[in-house]
Amino acid sequence: MKFKTAFLFGCLIFLVGCNAAPGTWGWYVIDPRTPAGYNNIRFLLNGFGATILLSVIAAAMSMIIGMLVALPGMSSNRWIRLPSRIYIEFVRAIPLLPMLFWVFYGLPVVLKSMGINISIDAFWGAIITLAISDSAFTAEIYRSGIQSIAKGQTEAAKTVGLNYTQTMRYVILPQAIRRILPPLANQFIYIVKMSAFASVIGMQELTRRANELVVTEYRPLEIYTLLILEYLVLVLIISFFVRWLERKMGSDESR
Amino acid sequence: MTKPGDAIEISGLNKWYGDYQALKGIDLNVAHGERIVVCGPSGSGKSTLIRCVNSLEEHDSGRIVVDGIEMIDNDSINAIRSEVGMVFQQFNLFPHLSILQNLTLGPMKARGMSKADADARAMEYLERVRIPDQAHKKPSELSGGQQQRVAIARSLCMEPKIMLFDEPTSALDPEMISEVLEVIVDLAEEGMTMIVVTHEMGFARRAADRMIFMDHGEVIETGTPIEFFEAPKTERCKQFLSQILQH
Repeated sequence: MKFKTAFLFGCLIFLVGCNAAPGTWGWYVIDPRTPAGYNNIRFLLNGFGATILLSVIAAAMSMIIGMLVALPGMSSNRWIRLPSRIYIEFVRAIPLLPMLFWVFYGLPVVLKSMGINISIDAFWGAIITLAISDSAFTAEIYRSGIQSIAKGQTEAAKTVGLNYTQTMRYVILPQAIRRILPPLANQFIYIVKMSAFASVIGMQELTRRANELVVTEYRPLEIYTLLILEYLVLVLIISFFVRWLERKMGSDESR
Repeated sequence: MTKPGDAIEISGLNKWYGDYQALKGIDLNVAHGERIVVCGPSGSGKSTLIRCVNSLEEHDSGRIVVDGIEMIDNDSINAIRSEVGMVFQQFNLFPHLSILQNLTLGPMKARGMSKADADARAMEYLERVRIPDQAHKKPSELSGGQQQRVAIARSLCMEPKIMLFDEPTSALDPEMISEVLEVIVDLAEEGMTMIVVTHEMGFARRAADRMIFMDHGEVIETGTPIEFFEAPKTERCKQFLSQILQH
């Protein structure tokens, strides 16, 4: 419903723009019928690749880090639990943009002082930041998913001789995954949107390209409108996938 | 008091939940092949007691020896768990696995048995609990009574020496109670050592060698079923029996 409204609103802006008096709106900058407009549109759409790649790699890393944080976070031993808790509280408290600056400008200095000479480019700087920042949320999604599986399942697994790893692998995770996947996919939408911040460290993704074109064309309204539509399309595709996933998982659960 | 060679030897067992003492210095020995029924009002500590036997609850002090293995560390807990089967009030079957897979998971993963052997053993025990034809269904497709019989078969597949039953019929519809009790009686007649927490007094009369009545974390009274039902010694026990048997 929300998406439908946003879509209609977008169309409305476009139509108003087309019918308004000349001089106020300038859709020509992205009119594919003119060579200049065609080139501009190509330039903007070429950002999709970077945005998608950035989001997918960051999401994958976040899923792995999140699991490494979540598992000790569920230990019955509070000293094993503590580092995981600290990580989640700490990471969750840092806004994405400052963290991005710190990783991109600060981390290489830290590494260099430790004798590690690695330069972090915009691409990996953005990925590391997105992955770490998101992993705190991923970890919490795992934790709630796994803890929602009744305690009786763990106990039954113990009584048939399974150890911790076997219990997780054969009993808990196969059940938890149905509850984990939908919120995890939702979290992916969040990563896609947050990837726009990568533009400030020079990553050539959707937002960066829009910014660059605005500087040369002086048409912020038209270009940013298109930018929003670009994200809208991406997110709509993902949310259709999430809905499909939820339906599939839901029907599995009731079986 | 402790005779070497008993199936279960418990002495001075204490268990606390925060400030609440759930078990107060329990002493209990169970001989091999002995069938014990534990009863008592809710909150009396009877479930906690049997859950301490396979360390689903950690006790705070006292000594537990199961089949000659003293419970001292994780290794001994694992060794004890492989001797002890348990059936829960809520069945606790694995809902994502078929009945057959529920039975073969332990033998295959914990014991390293081949799939063919595990399947064969599982079918054998499914026949004993009289539901071999349901092997490929999911737990949710079975009735409560059938699910509990599967849970019993799942425990038996690990070939335990001792079986613990934690209110095995309390979550069942009345018409399904007897089919589950029949299976437990069969096991008792084959000489399985067992502790059964239950309010089914008819079952206790038929199958128990010894009754244990608990209240407020203590063993109040023990005796043969005949002594227990015909001539209860303590006031609390008389009161409990009159409440439970008046229906």
